[in-house]
Parts: sequence; structure tokens; C-alpha cells
Amino acid sequence: MKAIRSIIKKEFLSYFSSPIAYIVIFTFLLLSGFFFYSLVSWFNSVSVQLAQNPYYYQQININQMVFSPFFNNLSIVLLLMLPLLSMRLFSEEKKMGTEELLFTSPLSITQIITGKYLASLLILLIMLVLSAIPAVFTFIYGNPELVPFLVGYLGLFLLGAAFLGIGIFWSSISENQIVSAVLTFGTLLLFWVLSWVGYSAHGLWQSVLNYLSFFEHFDSLTKGIFDTTDLVYYLSFAFFGLFLTHSVIQSRRWR
Amino acid sequence: MIETEHLQKKYGDLVAVRDLSFKVESGQIWGLLGPNAAGKTTTMRILTGFLPATSGKAAVAGYDVFEQAEEVKKEIGYLPETVPLYPEMTVEAYLGFVAEIKQVPGARKKAAIDRAVEITGLSTVRKRLIKNISRGYRQRLGLAQALIHNPKVVILDEPTIGLDPAQIVEIRQLIKSLRGEQTVMLSTHILAEVTQVCDGVVIINEGQLMAAGRLDELTSAYREKDGVYLRLKKIDNESLNLFRQLPGIDSAARDGEEIRLEWDRNTDRREEVVRFCLDKQLGLLEMRSLALTIEELYLRIVSGGVEQ
Repeated sequence: MKAIRSIIKKEFLSYFSSPIAYIVIFTFLLLSGFFFYSLVSWFNSVSVQLAQNPYYYQQININQMVFSPFFNNLSIVLLLMLPLLSMRLFSEEKKMGTEELLFTSPLSITQIITGKYLASLLILLIMLVLSAIPAVFTFIYGNPELVPFLVGYLGLFLLGAAFLGIGIFWSSISENQIVSAVLTFGTLLLFWVLSWVGYSAHGLWQSVLNYLSFFEHFDSLTKGIFDTTDLVYYLSFAFFGLFLTHSVIQSRRWR
Repeated sequence: MIETEHLQKKYGDLVAVRDLSFKVESGQIWGLLGPNAAGKTTTMRILTGFLPATSGKAAVAGYDVFEQAEEVKKEIGYLPETVPLYPEMTVEAYLGFVAEIKQVPGARKKAAIDRAVEITGLSTVRKRLIKNISRGYRQRLGLAQALIHNPKVVILDEPTIGLDPAQIVEIRQLIKSLRGEQTVMLSTHILAEVTQVCDGVVIINEGQLMAAGRLDELTSAYREKDGVYLRLKKIDNESLNLFRQLPGIDSAARDGEEIRLEWDRNTDRREEVVRFCLDKQLGLLEMRSLALTIEELYLRIVSGGVEQ
């Protein structure tokens, strides 16, 4: 565990010694702040209009009208931003020749991958926690439900964890960071839009495509519905990415 | 301390290392010589556990490189050809990180960094970012990371490449200071480095072992003739002819300002030569043995295709 901690520390500090982490976090917060502000403004104006009709006013739900679309918007921002976080994880080591240092140390490949992955998860966590700060005001001045809000953020974290799992895999393939980022983005987008194809498919094929799509699993989480199937889905994706990374590194050394 | 037996490494159809067997005793410094693409880096990568071999055996510090890779990695310090540095880290933070991944206990970490900084002369740049230090310091830092956990075996891939002459001398001194305490294997293109630093050499070409042994043994084994260089007050054809008539002398020829005498390598004619010079009053000023230089040895083995 101590060895993994060393890798996490080194990776985490590396993120902040280059502009990447600052730019990714800043852009993410800027966009999340903009989306949140727009949604709250829209929610306010709708509330004022519906205040004259007690029946409709009863139906207004901040979780559904603000947080649910907010999480959906953030998921797209994560899809754009996280490949930039994962692209350097192994690509840079390969390019700088530092992988020889790591792989000739007594650390196992699993420990190295775990350390790097956890460091990127830590950055994701920081991004999500910071993006939640504006939402605190809705709890101070309004009465949203806490559990669906937390489930939505858990969904974002799980989604991000799956994205980073795929990202670390592509990063282990190429020593060019741009190539890693583009391949990660392409893969994520493909899994995102699988449900579009699924709508026009039939039978088992439709079920398979829908099950594989990021969108289908994320939708229920944004509404505050927690299903272990979704948890298993995202964790499987993340582990599959890490497993492939391990296989790539192992096989490259045997080639 | 380092031993390989019939080591082989293939990249697809390309055989990078074939049937390589050699042994390096504890506490010695050995050079790994060979032309470009001879398989030096591949051999070093196999010994450090970075690459697995296709077949054969390798052992470092008593551990099998393939069966007990983790133990081997604990006992090895490795400086790859490209010094593995993180430019955005400070020298001290980098050494701290390496100490951690090389599993130096927390209580000994600071002392290990201090020692590595001191022996490699990095104290003046200790707090500086690696991207801001010179090439010479980077090379030293590469050595410092290889030595930080006080390994039993140190493997250095071209440790003096790209350094200026003063830095080369410093690094060689540093490597020489490891003799006795650590077993060192270094690869180099600079043949003079081998004679100055190494106790023995392993010469490989196209992945194949051409020769291995102590330097003095190899130079003696590959010498076809024994002989001497003589410096006389005056060299002329008459004196050359006199030497040619001397029994047991196979050849006498002028070599610049000296005369080169050769005889069968199983005999020693030095005493007779001196006596002859004095008797004939040839004005002998200096006599030195006709030793095979490392350059001659290398060329004879690699270019001449001699195999031992």
C-alpha cells in the first residue's frame, strides 16, 4: 500500500506541475457553473410563472428541473475533459523513458496501474466536489432532496471512473498523448451513442446495445434512482479498462 | 553475482541476443562492449527484469531473474541509456520518490537521499527543478537514483554518454569508487573507459558472445606475438638488420621513433634483447612491452570475427 501511495503522490503532484490539471479543472468548473446558473435562472422564472397556479406550483421539483439536467450536462463535459486527464498516465512515461525506472523497481505492474488510476480518480473527485459548491446554496435557500442529489454525483463519479479506466488503457497503447486522448474520446463517444443504434434495433440486439450504452445507465442515476446494475456496469467498465492496461503492458514486455 | 546461461531474446524473427553465457564475480566492475545493435541494452534490460528472455537463465545476486524478479529488482540499481527523470520534480523530490519505490524504509529515506546526493556531487542542485539542471547533473542524478537503495548490483547503460571530458573523469571516478562494495556492469562505446574502469569485459556482436574474461587474460590470449618497443639514440637500417639476425626474433621493424621487435608468444626474449643492445652499444633509452591495446583487442574480436 505504501508503494501505491508513492505512485499516487507522484502522479497527483505531476498533474499540478503542468498546466493540464489547472486547465481541466478550471474549464470544468466554468462550464458547470454556467450550466448550474442557467438552470437555476430558468427554474426561477418558471417558478414565478407557475406560482399563480397552486396545482402546477405543487408539481415543481428542483431535483428534476435543475439537478437532473445539470448532471446530464456535466456528464458530457466529463466526456470531453477526462481524456485530457488520462492521456498522460502511461504515454508520458513511455515518451520520457521513465517507464524503465518504474518497471525495474520492485513494484508490480498492478501496483503501478492502481497508483496512477487512483491519482486520476482523486482529480476527478476534486472536480466534482468543487462543482457541487454552488448547489449548496440551493439547500440553504430551498428544499431539494439530498439523496437524489448525492446519487446523481455518485453517478458522475462512477461514470468518470469508467471513462478514466478506458483512458488509462489507451494511454498504455501509445506514447503520443494526443493519440491517447483522441482514441479515448472516440471510444467514450461510441459507447455513449450505442443506445441511438439500439432504438432502431430489435430483440436481443437492442437489449445488448442499450445495456452497453453509458447513457442508458446514467439516465436513472441523474433522477436519483440507484440500481446496483448501474454500479456493476460502471465498475466493470473501469476494471475492464485496468485489466486491458495490465495486459498491454505485460504483453509489450513479452513481445 | 551476475550470471547468464544460454540467454536468448527474440523480437519476432529478429534474434537480439543468442546463447549468451557469462559470469561476473562479486565486487568487480565489468564492461559490456559491442557495436551498435549488438544486444547490449537488451542484455541489460533482461538482467534488470525489464524484459523477459525468450529462453536461457539469468541470475543476479543469487536470485533467478525470471523466477524471483521482485527480489532481483530490490538488489539492482539501473541507469538506462535514457536517464529516467521527471523534469517537473526537484532533484530532492525525485530521489525521494525513487527511494520510496525502491522500498527504502521511511526512517532511512533521508539518509539515503543525503548519501546519494553526496557521492554524486549533487548538493548544489538539490533543491532545483530537474528541467533546469545541466546534462552533466542529469547524468549524475541518473547514477544517484541507481545507487539510492545501496544495491548489490549496479547496471549502467552508457553512463558517460554526452558528458564533457571533465564530467567523464568525475563519473569514472565515481564508478571506480563502487569497486569492492558493489558489482557493476556498464556498457560503453568508449574503449579507453574499459581499460580505466573495468576489471573485465564481455564483448558481444550481433547478440552473440565473442569473448568474456579479465582484461589482462583477454589481451594475453588474443596476442599472436610477444615483443617490445625499443627507443634507441639512433635508429638506422644497420641496427634493424642487427636485430633481425638475433636468434628467436621473428621480426624487427621501425614504428615511428621506435623499433618494434616480435617473437613467439611462448618465449621471453627481453633479457637477451637488453644484453644485445648493451653489447652492440646501440644506445638503449627505453624498452616497453608490446601489449595488445583494448582497441586492438576489440577490433580483432569484433571486426576480425574471432570467437572464443
